Amino acid sequence: MSPTTTADPTPTDQTNVADRDKARRWREGGSEPLLRVRDLRVTFQRQGQEPFEAVQGVSFDVHPGQTVGLVGESGCGKSVTSLAIMGLLPQRGNKVTGTVDYEGTNLLDLSDQQMRDKRGKDIAMVFQDPLSSLNPVVPIGLQVTEVLERHRGMSRKAATPVARELLDRVGIPDPDRRLKDYPHQLSGGMRQRALIAIALACQPRLLIADEPTTALDVTIQAQILALLKELVEESGTALVMITHDLGVVAGLCDEVNVLYGGRIVERGDRHDLFAQPRHPYTHGLLASIPRLDAPRGQRLTPIPGSVSDNLPWTSACAFAPRCSQPIEVCTQKMPELEEHHQRALRCFNPVEATR
Amino acid sequence: MNPSPMDPRPSAKKDRIDSLAETSGRGGTATAVKDVHVGAAGKVKDTGGVSLIASAWARLRRNPVFLLGLAITVVFVLLALFAPLLAPNDPTKRMPELLEDLSRSTNPVPGPEAGFPLGSDDFGRDLLSRLIVGARQTLIVGVFATLFGLAGGIILGTLAGAFGGWVDSLVMRIVDVMLSVPSLLLAVSIAALAPRPSQWTVIIAIAVVQVPIFARLLRGSMLAQRASDHVLAARALGVKQSSIVFRHMLPNSLGPVIVQSTLVLATSIIDAAALSFLGLGNPDDRQPEWGQMLGASQQWIRDYPHLAFYPAACIIVVALGFTLMGESLREALDPKSRR
Repeated sequence: MSPTTTADPTPTDQTNVADRDKARRWREGGSEPLLRVRDLRVTFQRQGQEPFEAVQGVSFDVHPGQTVGLVGESGCGKSVTSLAIMGLLPQRGNKVTGTVDYEGTNLLDLSDQQMRDKRGKDIAMVFQDPLSSLNPVVPIGLQVTEVLERHRGMSRKAATPVARELLDRVGIPDPDRRLKDYPHQLSGGMRQRALIAIALACQPRLLIADEPTTALDVTIQAQILALLKELVEESGTALVMITHDLGVVAGLCDEVNVLYGGRIVERGDRHDLFAQPRHPYTHGLLASIPRLDAPRGQRLTPIPGSVSDNLPWTSACAFAPRCSQPIEVCTQKMPELEEHHQRALRCFNPVEATR
Repeated sequence: MNPSPMDPRPSAKKDRIDSLAETSGRGGTATAVKDVHVGAAGKVKDTGGVSLIASAWARLRRNPVFLLGLAITVVFVLLALFAPLLAPNDPTKRMPELLEDLSRSTNPVPGPEAGFPLGSDDFGRDLLSRLIVGARQTLIVGVFATLFGLAGGIILGTLAGAFGGWVDSLVMRIVDVMLSVPSLLLAVSIAALAPRPSQWTVIIAIAVVQVPIFARLLRGSMLAQRASDHVLAARALGVKQSSIVFRHMLPNSLGPVIVQSTLVLATSIIDAAALSFLGLGNPDDRQPEWGQMLGASQQWIRDYPHLAFYPAACIIVVALGFTLMGESLREALDPKSRR
């Protein structure tokens, strides 16, 4: 652990970004977080039904150039978090509170029109399914130039060579021909590359990738992740990576936030988190990964139960019913997210450090 | 990939993570793809993009049902276009040859004779010529009624689907009211409103009847598009609302509407015939029209059923042609039925 990190220049920061070198670099450069999410809550409410709080006070920071992972299983609120940051949740039936501070402006306070100007230009997003995220009746080229026309005020004619360049940069072969192609003519990997090209067209400072590799097969996943990493590092774009795939996290993220039931249960830099998971949930996730060096015929060790077993966070630890080592207090009150040693943990009875 | 920071504490696990990161980071790199040199042999023929419409057409071209429908339609369209050249006689003139045979008491409708293969109508005019020229009016009514109905439906459906909320509710309630009246009754009422029935009152009456069908259909698929991933993706890119509606939602929603319009073409021809039959069509029989001929034939139906048979057969065949085309178009445009 580097000694300089103890002199934290941003004491207001309740989060502790703990990636050694990078964190120091960000701090020495005095960089303010690019995105500062505080106590983000998203409640879905329908008439005559109990409101449902999908995201319950999530806070995290993203520094310029940093890659932050949001990890968790289905229904833990990771996608809703990303949609709330982008302001893309449906207009009716939900309530978003907290702050999403992007370079000093709270995105949640912006009008629709202001938000529309920001999206795609300052903050872009890559979605899960590359086929359904592209308009099937419009050629790829037009979908790239559309963004350039919108945010950079270029004419179609001026935007076309730029679009060609973008497709080339994301590794689409023969971009001239691909500009005229329709989405169904591209392979899954190429579609995702095209989507990344569209998202990066206006050089946004923040890219949110919502499970960008889920719909792709493993070899393509590796290519897409490599591409994302390369582009993000080249342009200094901050990346929020939303995924349920721990392999993706291991390969890409500087800092990892583990979500469970709408709250962050553990946060840490990726090396620490993988080497020493403290929360039983993170521990269970890592233990459930099949390993090549395990003996043949050995059973996997899943986390028992499902999300439907959750207890409400307000009165207990939501994870308690599925936990491998619950203690009495777990079902009696809620654990707080506590910071120590550059890590954040929400647990009464954490897994013992192995060292 | 960040240069792996050396940690003072050695950790085997950490190395494993790093190597994992390394492989996933550099596995099959994007740059490798760029470096591959594609020789002349690898040059793919530049075919340009294949749009949905183009690929649908490729499928349609080999579909016998569609080709049959197309053939019928083309025959009648050509017939209508070149009617004055094709008709052997003047459809409005009472032919002296036929008038000779026509007598009110014994032979009111002269049968076929030399030069008049289908015989005469009850005024001594050539039936075949009237049928051929009648294709014109019938098709004009069908096509224009459909076009106007389509235009109205697209406007209403786009309004409802694009804005949602109270605009949607308002438009849809109007549409519901229109749909609650039986279509022919509605058409009859609208046609009856006109001070003087003419071809255009028929067109307008039928178009108005078609509007709610198109509007409802379009609104439904617009709403489905609104919730679709690519519209969400477009919104995530900050694309303007108008481009989202006109570039991303509308073109993707038009498929079912286009198919419906070919089917409506058939029904509006039938409806037009019905209105003419009920006497709400163009009363001027110097412009023959199949429905009107059918209407005029009713007083002779007992003794001379062929007067009704020929125009009715024409209507049925044309309607069949459009329906066959529409059905196969629907199949071709529906991605789920692709083989």
